[in-house]
Amino acid sequence: MTEGKQKIEVPVMADLFAKGEKPEYLLWIGSAGAFDDRYKKVTRAFVKILTHLNISYAVLGVEESSSGDVARRAGNEMLFQMQAMTNIEIMNSYEVKKIITCDPHAFNTFKNEYPDYDGNYEVMHHTQFLQQLIAEGKIKIDSDLFKDKIITYHDPCYLGRANGEYNAPREVLAAIPSKKVEMKRNRSNALCCGAGGGQMFKEAEKGDKEIFIERTEDALETGAEIIVTACPYCMVMMTDGLKYKNIEEEIKNYDIAELIEQSLEL
Amino acid sequence: MLIAAIAFFSWNVKKISRNIKLGRDIDIKDNRKKRWGLVFRVAIFQSKMVGLPISGILHIFVYAGFILVNIEMLEVMVDGIAGTHRALSFFGFLYPIAISAFEFFALLVIIGCLVFLARRNVLRTNRFWKPEMKWWPRLDANLILITEVVLMTSIFFMNASDVILQSRGFGHYDKVGSFFLSSFFIPMLTNLPSETLVFIERTCWWLHIVGIFVFLNYIPYSKHFHVFLSFINVFYSKLEPVGKLANMPSITKEVKSMLTGEEPPMDEDAEEVAFGAQDVKELTWKHLMDSYTCTECGRCTRVCPANITGKILSPRKVMMDARDRLELTGKNIDKQGVDYSDDKSLFDYISAEELWACTTCNACTNACPVNIDQVSLILELRRYIVMEQAAAPGELNAIFNNIENNGAPWQFSQDDRMLWAEELYINEKSVQ
Repeated sequence: MTEGKQKIEVPVMADLFAKGEKPEYLLWIGSAGAFDDRYKKVTRAFVKILTHLNISYAVLGVEESSSGDVARRAGNEMLFQMQAMTNIEIMNSYEVKKIITCDPHAFNTFKNEYPDYDGNYEVMHHTQFLQQLIAEGKIKIDSDLFKDKIITYHDPCYLGRANGEYNAPREVLAAIPSKKVEMKRNRSNALCCGAGGGQMFKEAEKGDKEIFIERTEDALETGAEIIVTACPYCMVMMTDGLKYKNIEEEIKNYDIAELIEQSLEL
Repeated sequence: MLIAAIAFFSWNVKKISRNIKLGRDIDIKDNRKKRWGLVFRVAIFQSKMVGLPISGILHIFVYAGFILVNIEMLEVMVDGIAGTHRALSFFGFLYPIAISAFEFFALLVIIGCLVFLARRNVLRTNRFWKPEMKWWPRLDANLILITEVVLMTSIFFMNASDVILQSRGFGHYDKVGSFFLSSFFIPMLTNLPSETLVFIERTCWWLHIVGIFVFLNYIPYSKHFHVFLSFINVFYSKLEPVGKLANMPSITKEVKSMLTGEEPPMDEDAEEVAFGAQDVKELTWKHLMDSYTCTECGRCTRVCPANITGKILSPRKVMMDARDRLELTGKNIDKQGVDYSDDKSLFDYISAEELWACTTCNACTNACPVNIDQVSLILELRRYIVMEQAAAPGELNAIFNNIENNGAPWQFSQDDRMLWAEELYINEKSVQ
């Protein structure tokens, strides 16, 4: 099984620091990236890409804690600021300058909200990081794996509307030979998956439909065989949508990082 | 009459401004250049209106027509005060061209308003028939549209009878030239005696001027106040990425002292502030200005994922409720004095069920043509529910506890945060 394979020892900030090393990037895993079974696969895929490209990075490991995004949006400002200040203290103690994360919510809160508490970092979402590597020619994809597949991209609210990043994920997808289709509601008009603002963790209010079903229907309408997202919440919601429609066998749901991982045969 | 109209209008505007100032003070002065840029793009050139092309373009017709025709209003007023006939006609040959152009825009206004009336009442466009669009909001919109059609039609009859009277050399109707569009009305009127034409011309003239004065003073009572406030509101837009929520410095102080174990620095001037808002006075003046700027177009509600899927949350209703509450608060202050409280709050208008349905996706703020920030208002109310009333939904309290105890919304130990990295392999050939 492990023949021809090499084990990845994920570098942890505290260990590197003990050795007097300082990595270029902090990779923020996020609670979903660490605990959600589906998104763990995305974390692993992205770590493989970093390893493949020999990127200097480390994670906080057990020192990482919730970014506080969901607490803040659910109205618990006290808890959010506790989380923010604790995280900032740890990150500053490791002299973190640049952060990469696969979670648009953490991305948003680090980039826009942590500066209010002296947490000033250059923050990148993993799609932006991948886009940069592709632009620099460090990632080149000549795989035919997805050549005949129709792919549609779902814009996460906290990457798109919240931070105006619509292009990076699309440019990454453009580098993967495949057919791309847009949903009728896309970019700034994209429909939310339904999980933001604390909804992920509670039953939806009474209505006549779940938001994730409405959004899954948008995706299915395009005739796409692969729905691509770039957010742990969106991933959960779209996966649930496909299950609800009983087509999780035919239609697949991936994060952009996973498409790159598979295309590069890591 | 002019003075009375303007005085009454100013009195109402002062009241609205007083009401807006009931809100919490925040300082929005930074980056004036960018703010003026927004005013030009979003308010003056209405860049966000064309997101929905049909209503967007028709609205631009009505807006441009309204402004240009009001230039003609200046002449009407000068004529009225000085007793002149067509005071601006000293511009010579340019005058008929200008008036013909105004007529063209008046026609566009009529077309726009008729289509809008049809969309509201015949086609029944969905967003105009949501539950919050009760009889008054619907009537308000229709009254405005009908008034505009009547005012603009009166221009055509006024100009047409004027031109016929000019050609007959009647009374003081000196020749100033003929106007393009109203000339189509001439055959309809040409057989009437001069006295009747004078009557029509004067009636339309008075209708126009009285109509504008009445309209001016109707606006402060109506959603139509957006014709003034939208420019100001856009100037005070949020400039940060929409994903950034407003900080609460009062909490920063507390949290800092909790983390360091030191007493928070005593601030003599600091007022006791509530966490979040339960009523209009705890919102910022910008929230309150938002509510007065809202013209109930419903573009926010149209794109709200909660509303689309049948939940009762409607961002437009939240703004309308805030305004209703603020108006009532203002009236109470007028009647009972500044310190009067009616023991009601915004929560008597907006339910927890509405507030908790928001995904903070910002589709509403993105859609709003006048840059209202609905999410921020919803968040202030959530903050109050969570921090002052400790009444968050049970599932959310559970994640708060988890985050506090184990640093994740789920009940997983922080020590397990690296389990994902176990047994992780990469193809040897992929390693450089």
